[in-house]
Amino acid sequence: MRIRLGHLYPDYLNIYADRGNIAVLSRRAAARGHELEVASVSVGDELRPGEHDLLYIGGGQDREQALVAPDLAAKGESVRTAVTAGTAVLAVCGGYQLLGRGYFGRRDVDMPGVGLFPHATIAGERRMIGDVLLECELEPGVRQTLAGFENHAGRTRLDPGAVPLGRVVAGFGNDGESGYEGCRVGRAVGTYLHGPLLPRNPWLADWLLAQALAHATGDEPPELAPLSDRLEAQAHAVSAQRARDRGGRF
Amino acid sequence: MSARLAVETLAARAAGRLSRLAGAGGGTTLPGKLLWKLDPAAIDALAARLSQGVALVSATNGKTTTTAMAAAILGDGRRLAWNSSGANLVSGIASTLLARPGAELGLLEVDEGALTEVARRVRPRALLLGNLFRDQLDRYGELELVAERWRATMSALGERTTLVVNADDPRLGDLARDRRNAVTYGVDDPVHGRRALEHAADSRHCVRCGRPYEFAAVYVGHLGDYRCPSCGHARPELQVRAKAIELRGLESATFDLVTRAGETRVRLPLPGLYNVYNALGAAALAQVLGSTLDEIRSGLERFGAAFGRFERIVVGDRTILVLLIKNPAGANEVIRTLEGGGVPPLLLVALNDATADGKDVSWIWDVDLEPLLARTERVIVTGERAAELAVRCVYGGLPEDRLEVQPALHRALERGLELTPAGGELVVLPTYTAMLALRRIFTERGLVQPYWEQLQR
Repeated sequence: MRIRLGHLYPDYLNIYADRGNIAVLSRRAAARGHELEVASVSVGDELRPGEHDLLYIGGGQDREQALVAPDLAAKGESVRTAVTAGTAVLAVCGGYQLLGRGYFGRRDVDMPGVGLFPHATIAGERRMIGDVLLECELEPGVRQTLAGFENHAGRTRLDPGAVPLGRVVAGFGNDGESGYEGCRVGRAVGTYLHGPLLPRNPWLADWLLAQALAHATGDEPPELAPLSDRLEAQAHAVSAQRARDRGGRF
Repeated sequence: MSARLAVETLAARAAGRLSRLAGAGGGTTLPGKLLWKLDPAAIDALAARLSQGVALVSATNGKTTTTAMAAAILGDGRRLAWNSSGANLVSGIASTLLARPGAELGLLEVDEGALTEVARRVRPRALLLGNLFRDQLDRYGELELVAERWRATMSALGERTTLVVNADDPRLGDLARDRRNAVTYGVDDPVHGRRALEHAADSRHCVRCGRPYEFAAVYVGHLGDYRCPSCGHARPELQVRAKAIELRGLESATFDLVTRAGETRVRLPLPGLYNVYNALGAAALAQVLGSTLDEIRSGLERFGAAFGRFERIVVGDRTILVLLIKNPAGANEVIRTLEGGGVPPLLLVALNDATADGKDVSWIWDVDLEPLLARTERVIVTGERAAELAVRCVYGGLPEDRLEVQPALHRALERGLELTPAGGELVVLPTYTAMLALRRIFTERGLVQPYWEQLQR
C-alpha cells in the first residue's frame, strides 16, 4: 500500500534531525510491504485536504519559525479539515507550537497558529532543555513510554479538557509545571520530544503508520507485523535512563 | 605587575602544578579557574602585559586548527601565549596567560559563547570569526542568538579591533558591512563548489529579507558564493582568497593564496576543503598581524595536526587516524574528505553525550552518513550513546550483520585494531569527550605524550 506523507516546510523546520523521524517511518513501512511516499509542502505550496495520509511538521529556530508562521496559518483550515477526515499528524517542537492557537510574547512578535491543538504557547524566560521521559496511553489499557530530548523556551498551556500525549515521568514537558506533555486530537499528536523521537520509540512510529493506513484504506487501523527492534530498545533504555538521571527540572 | 596580581598568579600556578602531580589531568584550566574566582579583572591585566596585543579566534568549527595554523606562522620569531590544548573558556584563557609570563602576543581560540566576555576583557587588536553552524543547541542556543551576541561584541570593540571574517558565511559577511577595519576571506574556486545545499545547511535564508539565497557555489555547509535574488544581499568582495585548489585525498590540499599583497601557492599538509578555510583564516589573521606572504606560506606548509584533529597515531605495525566529529557541518566535511581518499573498509565511530559533546545527540541524524555506510564493510559503534548510533546506522541502510555495538571504548578500540590488517589504518571518528578518552588510552599505552607535556614545548 502507498502511504502519502506530506512533510511541511522541510527546508525551514529541520533543526532537530527531523529527517530521522521520516527515515524511521519510511523503513518501517517498507518492512511491512508498504511504500512511504514523501512530498514536500512548503511556503507558497497548496495543501489539499485528503491528499496526504500523514502530515509531518518539525522544529525550527525562531527565525525560521517566524518565516513560515504566516504561510502555515493560511493553511490552517486545510490542516484542520484533513485531520477531521482522518489524516494522521506528527508535529514536533516548533511545529507542535504552531499547530496550536499560536506563539505569543517573544520580542512583541506574536506568531499565529493553526488552531488544530487546543493550546497556546507563551514565551518564557528560561529555556527548558534536557532529556525527558513520558508515559502514554494512546490506546485504552496500553501503556507505553516515550523517551526524547526537549529544548524550548515556550510554555504550552493546554485548554481545559484537552488531551495530553503523556504524563511526564522525568523532564519539563509542556510548561514545566503541569506534569503533562504534548497534545492529541484524533489521529494527530504533537510533542516537544525530539532526539529524533521515532528511532528510539518505534511503537509510536507504528501507531502513526497504522493511523495513516486507516486513512488510506478507509478501514480501521491495521495490526502491523512486529519487527525485531533490538537496537531500538537499547537506544530507548539508554535515553530513558538519561531522563531519570538528568532530566530537566527547575 | 601589581603586587596583588603577582600573589594571585603565584597561587594559581601552584594549583596547576598540584593538579598535575595529583594526576587529575593537565591542570590546563585549574589555575585560571582559581584566578577567575580570586579576581576576574586579573585577565585584563595579564592581557595588557602582552607587548604585541591579543588576537582572538572564534568559530563553530575549526577554531583549534585555525589557531594552531596561525601559531605555526606567527610563532616563528615571536613568543606566543597560545591555548593550544583548546581550553577556550574564560578559565582556560586565564590559565594560558598565566603560564606564559614572557609572551609578546596572545593568540587565543575562544568558545563561541565565551567570546563576549573574553573580548571585553582582553580588548583584542584582531578578531577572527570563522563560521557559524548549528552546534550543541542544548548548550549554545540558536544560531541567531550567537550571531546577535557576536554583532554586539563587535560594535562594543569599536574600530580599533580589526575584524577578520569568513565572508562565505552570510551572517559573518554581513558583520563586515559598514566596518572600515575589516578583512574578508573566502574560497573562490567554483570547480569545488556544489550547486545544492546539504540537508543540515543553516543560513539558507537571506539575513536581511528572509528569502532563500541563490548559491553560485556551495563549498562547506552553507559557506559559499551567495546572493539574495530579492534584496541583493550578496557575498562581499574577498580580500584574501583561495583559488586553483587541488584536493589530494587524505593527504593534502594545495591552493593559490591570493591577497592584496600578492599571491603564492601553498601546499597544506592537511586534507579537505574545510582545512583550506582554516588556512585562509590563519593567513588573513597573520597578515593583519604583520606576517609576510613567505612567512605565511612556510608556516602553513610545516603545520602538523592540531590536538585530536586529523591525528595519526602509530600502534606497532598499524596506524590509527583520529578525525574529531562534533556537529553536522563538521562531520559532513570529514565524511566528504574520507570519500575523497577512498572510504575505509572499517570505521570506528564513538558517540558520547557529556556536556562538551552536547547532551542532545539528535545531530547524528543530520550528518550525511549514508555514503560511508553504503561503501564501508564494517562499522563498530562505541561510546555512551553507542545504541543510538547503532540505530542511526541501521536506518541509514547498514545491514545489521555489518555492525558491531561495543559501548566500552577500550574494547571497541581493541576490536578495531584486531580487524585492521598489518600495515593498515584504523579510522576513528570520535566526539569530543570520546576523543579525550581515546587519548587517555593512547597515553596509558605510551603511544602519545600526555597533552600537558606536549604543551610544554
